[in-house]
Amino acid sequence: MEGIDIQLYDRKIIEREVEAFVYDPSCGGIVSFVGKVRDATQNKQVLRLEFESYEPMAIKEMRKIAQQVLERWSVKKIAIHHRIGVLQIEDTAVVISVSAPHRKDAFVACQYAIDTLKETVPIWKKEIFEDGEVWVAAHP
Amino acid sequence: MIVKVVAYGIARDILKSADCSIDLKEATTIAGLKEVLLQQYPDFSKLASLRFAVGEEYQTDSYTLVAGQEVVIIPPVSGG
Repeated sequence: MEGIDIQLYDRKIIEREVEAFVYDPSCGGIVSFVGKVRDATQNKQVLRLEFESYEPMAIKEMRKIAQQVLERWSVKKIAIHHRIGVLQIEDTAVVISVSAPHRKDAFVACQYAIDTLKETVPIWKKEIFEDGEVWVAAHP
Repeated sequence: MIVKVVAYGIARDILKSADCSIDLKEATTIAGLKEVLLQQYPDFSKLASLRFAVGEEYQTDSYTLVAGQEVVIIPPVSGG
C-alpha cells in the first residue's frame, strides 16, 4: 500500500531516513517514536541486548499495524523500521514515524503503532547482564 | 499425527532446539498441540503467554492442524 514503509534489518537505524519517507506537502505534523536500548533494568546494569524475529511474520504484523493506522486516523504516511541482532546501550531499536495534516492524529497514531507493535509483532529481545541473561517479558 | 514445531526466543531454549517434530496422538487442533507441549515441556506453563502461528498468522486454539504442518511457537513478544 502506498504510504507505508516497513523494514527489519541488522544495521544502524538512521532516524532521519525513516522520517524522510513520511514527508508530504499536505502534512503539518510528523511524530516519531524512537526506541532506545536502556543501560539498566530494575537497577541492574545491562551489557547489551540481542534481538531476534520471526521475520516474514514480523513484517506482516508491522504492515497490519501500518494499514490500521492509515484506516483509523487521518494520517498520510507511516514508516516502521525495527532493528535485530546485537544492540549496545543507546543504540536505536525501533523508529516509527507518522505524518498527518494535523498533529493530533500523528501523536495518537504513533502511540497506537508502538503500543501494538509491542503486543503483536514476533520480535524478541534478550537482556545480557554480567551474571546472566533474560528473555524480556517472557515470564509474568 | 505429527506436526513440525518451530521455536523462537525462550521457546527455543525450552525445546532446546529451533525445531522438532511433535506427535499429537489423537489431537488435531492448536489446543491439542498446546496440551502435548505442556506435558512434554512443563516450562512452557511458566510463560506469560503462549501463542501459535501457521502460515505467518496467529491462530486460535480451535485451529485444525494437518499432518506435517509447520506450527511456529510464539512466546511473549518483546520488540520495540
